[in-house]
Amino acid sequence: MNMISETRQKSLLYLENVSVSFDGFKALNSLSFVVEPGELRAIIGPNGAGKTTMMDIITGKTRPDTGTVLFEDTIDLTKRDEADIAQLGIGRKFQKPTVFESHTVWDNLELALNRSRGVFATLFYTLSAEDKARIEEILETIRMTHRKNEYAANLSHGQKQWLEIGMLLAQEPKLLLVDEPVAGMTDAETAETAVLLKEIAKTRSVVVVEHDMGFIRELGVKVTCLAEGSVLAEGSIDFVSNDPKVIENYLGR
Amino acid sequence: MISGFVFRALEGRIVAAVGILLGIGILVPALNLLTPPDSAIHIPTYAMALFGKYLCYALLALALDLVWGYCGILSLGHGAFFALGGYAMGMYLMRQIGPRGVYGNPILPDFMVFLNYKELPWFWHGFDWFIFAMAMVIVVPGLLAFIFGWFAFRSRVNGVYLSIITQAMTYALLLAFFRNDMGFGGNNGLTDFKDILGFSVQADGTRAVLFFMSALMLSLCLILASAIVRSKFGKVLVGVRDAESRVRFLGFRVENIKLFTFVVSAMMAGIAGALFVPQVGIINPGEFAPANSIEVVVWTAVGGRGTLIGPIIGAILVNGGKSFFTGAFPEIWLFALGGLFIAVTLFLPKGIVGTIQHGLKARHALKAAADAEKGRGDATTVAQAQAAE
Ligand SMILES: Nc1ncnc2c1ncn2[C@@H]1O[C@H](COP(=O)(O)OP(=O)(O)O)[C@@H](O)[C@H]1O
Ligand SMILES: [Mg+2]
Repeated sequence: MNMISETRQKSLLYLENVSVSFDGFKALNSLSFVVEPGELRAIIGPNGAGKTTMMDIITGKTRPDTGTVLFEDTIDLTKRDEADIAQLGIGRKFQKPTVFESHTVWDNLELALNRSRGVFATLFYTLSAEDKARIEEILETIRMTHRKNEYAANLSHGQKQWLEIGMLLAQEPKLLLVDEPVAGMTDAETAETAVLLKEIAKTRSVVVVEHDMGFIRELGVKVTCLAEGSVLAEGSIDFVSNDPKVIENYLGR
Repeated sequence: MISGFVFRALEGRIVAAVGILLGIGILVPALNLLTPPDSAIHIPTYAMALFGKYLCYALLALALDLVWGYCGILSLGHGAFFALGGYAMGMYLMRQIGPRGVYGNPILPDFMVFLNYKELPWFWHGFDWFIFAMAMVIVVPGLLAFIFGWFAFRSRVNGVYLSIITQAMTYALLLAFFRNDMGFGGNNGLTDFKDILGFSVQADGTRAVLFFMSALMLSLCLILASAIVRSKFGKVLVGVRDAESRVRFLGFRVENIKLFTFVVSAMMAGIAGALFVPQVGIINPGEFAPANSIEVVVWTAVGGRGTLIGPIIGAILVNGGKSFFTGAFPEIWLFALGGLFIAVTLFLPKGIVGTIQHGLKARHALKAAADAEKGRGDATTVAQAQAAE
């Protein structure tokens, strides 16, 4: 009991015994999971393990049947909706890259910028020098300065993934959830994405879901393996990939 | 802040469109009033009234474009907001008849005398006052849109389901307004208008002013709509249309964004209805017919949704065609309309204006690319050309 309250003291994100089922199918089964401030964490696991569902629960898209989900120790995320949770400082990259295709790269970032999001604030918004500088900085980070006037629809798959990551940076989240960022990327793009995520994780916590073991190795961080809706193993990549249960459920398949 | 908001609206094509609309708004009444009836350039009063009606329809289509073209809400009930604005104006016009009705009752309109009303229903009070009635023209449709949108958007009713409930809304109002005991003239609606602000609604001078007002209100609403869609809010709106969940996960309250747009749009539709009624001389429950709302969608699609100007052109062209066909070959009009919609969906999915814009953009990009090849430009001009609308 004492131990638990201690972990809670310094956690950024705290999930305990979270369960959710869809039509009787348990997508998450007593899942417990903690992310510390500043941590970069990788999550692996077979398809259908519940990785995306876990993100749905953290970001308010899905309500858990039972369990505790706390942000910064005190904020009960199960009582908030998506917009609230985003404003609290949790950003999310979807599994399928989702950017505003009929807007330019620049406009995509401008919309994502962490500014007042009310109806009237946005109606009367004008781009300030500070906001302009911030967008330019993000364009540099995601290496897309030369494409800033391009419509997002014309970007390659990998570039869309990066633009979406850039939008999340503009949102200035404390916690970034990234669902399969390198799916469909070339090897070079994958390596660059690992560098980018490590860079981003210097100033915030990041949780990355990924299947690509090479990519996970490149990140070199603590790994959590999910299967059938709960944690199978947790630790360094070598520790986890040598765990017999992980080999049986995931790697061996 | 506000000046920036308006300034952004005045992009080239919007200024041109407003110039043309205001030009028509002055020229048509001038040719009607100032030229002798046998002159070659004289515009007869019936033609001015007909075109004035088209301008009202154009405003209704513009209102629909704001929610459908930019926010992705396919409302199949915008005719209801139009009709409510029309009824508010009709109630004012009824109160102006005074004791000149057939029954000569100084307070009650003829239909109430006929139906044995003893006194004016409470909701008719205030409508003898022009300013109050004009306020109701926007408040009533706006309030209905607010209540409807509050529930629909909060419970995240989307797509086809939303379209269906907007149809149900206008259908329910159709049935309600048909009833005599609703107090809006039942089946016959409101008609036999005499004066507006003391001027005869039949007089050429009054009709000329109503025509000008239609062009003016259409212009003002076009500027407002342009200011909205070109602001950051407008970009969020397009975001909602294309990737609603992305907008939500960026921290925007999608329900508020939709609600604001829906209410503004309903108010525009109300203004259109209010200008329509004195020009056609009647408002009856038929204006709530679900088919009317669907026709607005056709005009908007034909002109080009998400272009603001397209729906205005679409409304005028399709209704011009309708006037011609119903005169020349009344039996094929509906087939022509259906055929037109199918043809546009298949061959011009962006509508007339959208297709032209697309073509211009492509030419622009090609030219920039050619320039770049000749060494006269660089990669950024190509990108800019592609980014330019
Ligand atoms: N909204 C939903 N309705 C029904 N079933 C769902 C829903 N979301 C997820 N599931 C199911 O839950 C399981 C876990 O899915 P998911 O979290 O997407 O897995 P992963 O991302 O680990 O591949 C899958 O079997 C999936 O079909
Ligand atoms: Mg998944």
